[in-house]
Amino acid sequence: MPEQSQQIPQTTPPARPVVDSAQYGMAVFLAVAGAYVVDNGTQMRSSASKDFLPPSTFAYVVGAALLALSVLLAVATARGDTPDAEDGEDVDLAGGSDVRTLVLLAAVLSVNVFLIELLGWPVTGAILFTGAAWVLGSRHWVRDVAIGVALSFGTFYAFYLGLGVPLPAGILNGVL
Amino acid sequence: MDLLLDGFAAALTPTNILFAVLGVLLGTAVGVLPGIGPAMTVALLLPVTYSVPAESALIMFAGIYYGGMYGGSTTSILLNTPGESSSVITALEGNKMAKTGRAAQALATAAIGSFVAGTIGTVLLILLAPTVGPLVVKLGAPSYFAIMLLALVSVTVVLGSSKLRGFIALFLGLAMGLVGMSSGQPRMTFGFAELSDGIEIVVVAVAIFALGEALWVAAHLRRTPLEIIPAGRPWMSRSDWSRSWKPWLRGTAFGFPFGALPAGGAEIPTFLSYVTERRLSKHPEEFGKGAIEGVAGPEAANNASAAGTLLPMLALGLPTTATAAVILVAFESYGLQPGPQFMTQNEELVWALLASLFVANALLLVLNLPLAPVWAKLLRIPRPYLYAGILFFATLGAYSASASAFDLGLLLVLGVLGFAMRRFAIPVLPLIIGVILGPRLEEQLSEALDISRGDYSTLWGEPAAIICYLVMALVVAGLVAAQLRGNRQDTRTPETEKDEVHT
Repeated sequence: MPEQSQQIPQTTPPARPVVDSAQYGMAVFLAVAGAYVVDNGTQMRSSASKDFLPPSTFAYVVGAALLALSVLLAVATARGDTPDAEDGEDVDLAGGSDVRTLVLLAAVLSVNVFLIELLGWPVTGAILFTGAAWVLGSRHWVRDVAIGVALSFGTFYAFYLGLGVPLPAGILNGVL
Repeated sequence: MDLLLDGFAAALTPTNILFAVLGVLLGTAVGVLPGIGPAMTVALLLPVTYSVPAESALIMFAGIYYGGMYGGSTTSILLNTPGESSSVITALEGNKMAKTGRAAQALATAAIGSFVAGTIGTVLLILLAPTVGPLVVKLGAPSYFAIMLLALVSVTVVLGSSKLRGFIALFLGLAMGLVGMSSGQPRMTFGFAELSDGIEIVVVAVAIFALGEALWVAAHLRRTPLEIIPAGRPWMSRSDWSRSWKPWLRGTAFGFPFGALPAGGAEIPTFLSYVTERRLSKHPEEFGKGAIEGVAGPEAANNASAAGTLLPMLALGLPTTATAAVILVAFESYGLQPGPQFMTQNEELVWALLASLFVANALLLVLNLPLAPVWAKLLRIPRPYLYAGILFFATLGAYSASASAFDLGLLLVLGVLGFAMRRFAIPVLPLIIGVILGPRLEEQLSEALDISRGDYSTLWGEPAAIICYLVMALVVAGLVAAQLRGNRQDTRTPETEKDEVHT
């Protein structure tokens, strides 16, 4: 079902349908996900006969639906269906996605994933905030670091003392 | 009545008032702040459920919900870029009013209308909740299965411009719901032991709402500051009052029932309210140029629908909006399962929550009329700090859910999915509701089949179930009919008017 995009620019109606080829990527993702779900369903043993709803049933239904949706999305894409990307207060859709920002932010987040238990939240949390603020364009180093450190130490103690949730102290173990 | 008074007694303890104030302030602040909505806020605050008593936390979340609904209107009026889908309509007239120097009146009619609608909505909730309770206790597993199916289908179909994308979101959510042990075997765990208890819903909620949104905005950050119209202290003249009160009441009448239906909350009733007010107005020429009725009605509908949403959530455990879905996650992290027995088993909690809604509502009015200029200042927060802060708290919330770095990796992966969903206009609500309801759908079906010893005809053996299937058939038939007619006569006037604003 080709949905007409509501935000087609009124200026030049495209003679040929504009194909958002990135959307094929989403269709492939759905296909892979669907295939995995179905494949996983086939590996489920159907246990005792009293099991009226074997655990594979839902997997088959959901997996098959994902596969079907993948095909539908690919067809819709080929027929010129373009998504209305989400708008917002701070969103400027005029340009494309800023891949550099995205990759850098993912890197900053990954640093935290791998180092949080080694270095501890007070350190990685501060790196996370400062790094993210830098990636997003802030260049006030002193202020960025100060806010980052204040936030990470503040939340560390707030979670420990206020909520009773110990966050990893890491290299500062014993100091804090 | 005694129960309600007990509820007020519980809601009015100093601690709980504090939490209500906190919730209302936070909710309004995040409603005003760009990029953050009430669903994301509640998701980010889920860690408080680990130690704060259930009553206080839920009171705070209710305050956030109501506050967020109101805060969104401030942004719409002063910036013309609604942060929440529920305040899209408010921006139409609200921003025009602000541009002609009537920002104060627009803010006032939004605040007072929200109060009126929230109060009436809460009264309706209090009247209806106890009557619905005993009715739903009688429902069996087949009926529950049908009701959940109906909720999933209608949330997917009713909202958004593309049904295809709605279903993509729904089935991605259902697929995530499959993860975990099933009949003693690992299902969809990708070989990770960490996933054998299923994906932590907190992580999904934070990833999809907070991380996905922050990444999306970060990749498209507007480098030129938006034009913000300065707000004075809200006030209304006599003629503003007389033009506002009927739209408030009509808006409430639209908002509450639509909120209670599984049709995704505020979008439809705010739109209907706007259209109605434009038709009934004595000043139709002002519409499109800043008619106060066009702010009063939709804002009332908005808040009334927030109250209406709580009815299916408490009585059936059925979330119909993103915020309600996340609040449901909070309930579950207390081991509370909203649904038929919930109302009778947790009477004190439920009544304290209902009473606190009145408190939250009154607080909103008291705080927001004088604080509007302060809220407007929040719009100037440096964006790098705002979004770095969201990433920081998202990470914190996901990590503290089970203190594992694995969940942080999962957060990142799902955050990228959240980004992709925004890129490809795939709605987030069906996904999150699919994750929550998927396992319960399977549970109810399994129970129904166990009782009937594998006979599938049991599924349409209860009247409530049959009604649900009929409604579903009607919805689908209506959809097909609309498709056949080609959607040529698009009735979405606000969309076109919104576009005019931008040009």
